[in-house]
Amino acid sequence: MSTGIPHVARSTRLSDLLVLRPRLLILLLLLPPLLWLGIIYLGSLLLLLAQAFFALDDFSGVVVYDPTLATLAQLFQPANLDILWRTVLIALVVTCLSVTLAFPLAYYAARHARGWKRPCLYLAVMMPLWSSYLVKVYAWKLLLSREGAIGWMAEALHATPLLSAWLALPVLGGPSLSTSYTGMVLVFTYLWLPFMILPLQTVLERLPQSLLQAASDLGATPWRRFVDIVLPLSLPGVVAGAIFTFSLTLGDYIVPQIVGTSALVLGQAVYTLQGTAGNLPLAAAFAIVPILIMIVFLAVAKRTGAFDAL
Amino acid sequence: MTLRRLAAFGALCSLMMPYADAARAAGAAEGQLDIVAWPGYIERGESDKAYDWVSDFEQQTGCKVSVKTASTSDEMVSLMNQGGFDLVTASGDASLRLIAGKRVQPIDVGKILNWQFVDPRLKDAPWFTVGGKHYGVPYQWGPNVLMYNTDVFKKAPSSWDVVFEEQTLPDGKSNKGRVQAYDGAIYIADAALYLKSKQPELKIKDPYELTEQQYQAALDLLRKQHELVQRYWHDANLQVDDFTNEGVVASSSWPFQVNLLKSQNKPIASVVPKEGSTGWADTTMMHVDAKHPNCAYLWLNHSLQPKVQGDVAAWFGSVPVVPSACKGNALLTDTGCATNGYDNFAKIAFWRTPVAKCASQAEGCVPYSRWASDYIAILGGR
Repeated sequence: MSTGIPHVARSTRLSDLLVLRPRLLILLLLLPPLLWLGIIYLGSLLLLLAQAFFALDDFSGVVVYDPTLATLAQLFQPANLDILWRTVLIALVVTCLSVTLAFPLAYYAARHARGWKRPCLYLAVMMPLWSSYLVKVYAWKLLLSREGAIGWMAEALHATPLLSAWLALPVLGGPSLSTSYTGMVLVFTYLWLPFMILPLQTVLERLPQSLLQAASDLGATPWRRFVDIVLPLSLPGVVAGAIFTFSLTLGDYIVPQIVGTSALVLGQAVYTLQGTAGNLPLAAAFAIVPILIMIVFLAVAKRTGAFDAL
Repeated sequence: MTLRRLAAFGALCSLMMPYADAARAAGAAEGQLDIVAWPGYIERGESDKAYDWVSDFEQQTGCKVSVKTASTSDEMVSLMNQGGFDLVTASGDASLRLIAGKRVQPIDVGKILNWQFVDPRLKDAPWFTVGGKHYGVPYQWGPNVLMYNTDVFKKAPSSWDVVFEEQTLPDGKSNKGRVQAYDGAIYIADAALYLKSKQPELKIKDPYELTEQQYQAALDLLRKQHELVQRYWHDANLQVDDFTNEGVVASSSWPFQVNLLKSQNKPIASVVPKEGSTGWADTTMMHVDAKHPNCAYLWLNHSLQPKVQGDVAAWFGSVPVVPSACKGNALLTDTGCATNGYDNFAKIAFWRTPVAKCASQAEGCVPYSRWASDYIAILGGR
């Protein structure tokens, strides 16, 4: 008996403590995930980014661990600035193209499709996500290649001069579609389109029918209705989708290896620099850029209420 | 009965002799062996049943082989720095770094019976022999050949100028947009090798040891080449696709792609042009703190067997370091060595990491980190 009492007392004390101090209970529950996020995720990320404040000694090829801003300054060299601009522009074009393609589809799926059509559309949008990313990219490479399906179709339709004219364009063109920016943007758009359609569909479904009816009652033309009501109210969805398409394009380094010009994009630059070159500081400096861009992007997105549409 | 058993035992003994001898020389096997290797270098029949040079070794020596593949030389160096491995198949750019960093130990070649069969051209190669000591044994080597389309080139091109200078190819069309270059900074050495004979006044002695002026000349050449290049290749299978579907007709390449395209009956051949070519040579090296040194010695000996050498060469499209492997190997066939570049040894500048302190230039050389950043600029068209 005498041995049991302190034991019982101790366990009641513990439960009393937890009941009386709910914050302690929450802290105990949250501690493991917070440690995971704080140490394993953010900690290692910061450790990696901290490398950017060191520099590579050109003479010996080893990293010198004296804090310096020289590596960050290297980002502003013309060749490196090229990489940054190139990547951001590609990401922007992909995002714009995705919005243009996704909007009509999402609008139809959300507001006009009835009965069996709606799940079918939903399935059609989701289906490409089921297959492997690499398989899709390689398939596109074959479609876009000079002697591939698109070139063949152009020939069959006697549109080869049109294709050649497009490929002769200064920046968009190249030796073939698969080695041009056009090809790269097409593949990116194909890959990330579902991520634009889904949030757009969500906002368009929530669009109150009453507002549209009211506008009609007041004599607004369909175009006016679209510009003044549908578009502003669906902006959060556009921004939410853009977060996906923009950030996914910004960080991707596999598609540009397979399709597109050989000029590097951000992800490839990081990959190359941390590899054989062993220039971890510059790779880390490059890695900071998309994080900064996304922070700005997300801050703007938050103001538009995009996070409610996710 | 006993006689027959005795005979069988004798046959078994003679079969085991090389291992038994090596084992006696090295001490008892530890039952385990950890190797860092390039993908495809250590095959146990899992990719293709015919290609297996591990299972026999494991059965005969009792050394269980475990392989950690690494896809870059840097990864290999960092794995060896961490330790826990016995052997590594290091390329020319990693081997000297490993020796300088004291991560690998000298090998007593007297303990390796098959050493006597090694190609005399490789026995004292500078990328693993330092101060007269051998820090490993050669494994395989190969050239970076000029691959070309035989429909366009009825006669093999004699010079690398078909990929470096704008010109009309034998089919009457320009080479613009129909050639490729390698997507790695080490390709600057290819440009330097071409300039070495094209512009002797630059006095390039070694394509991996370039002074500032020589280096700038190579970069200029590569900038001009950018106008011609359809794409910079880095993935062997993608290059095969580009030669099939994209109308590419000439590029620096590996025997691997040449063999693959030929096996698909494509009009493809390869040549080492008059300027020579760059190439790679790999060495199996032993960690300074190897936990299983006896098994490691057994493997070093095993890796130099003609059968193993021939099989690896057939699988990888490389050249064996044991000349006798070139005859009578079913997988490699008797023409395999010549196909993969056996006779071009003297024309090859083997791959090395460029360092600032170089032997051939008193004023010092441009180090690899600059090669990497400048090549990125060239890829971007600057």
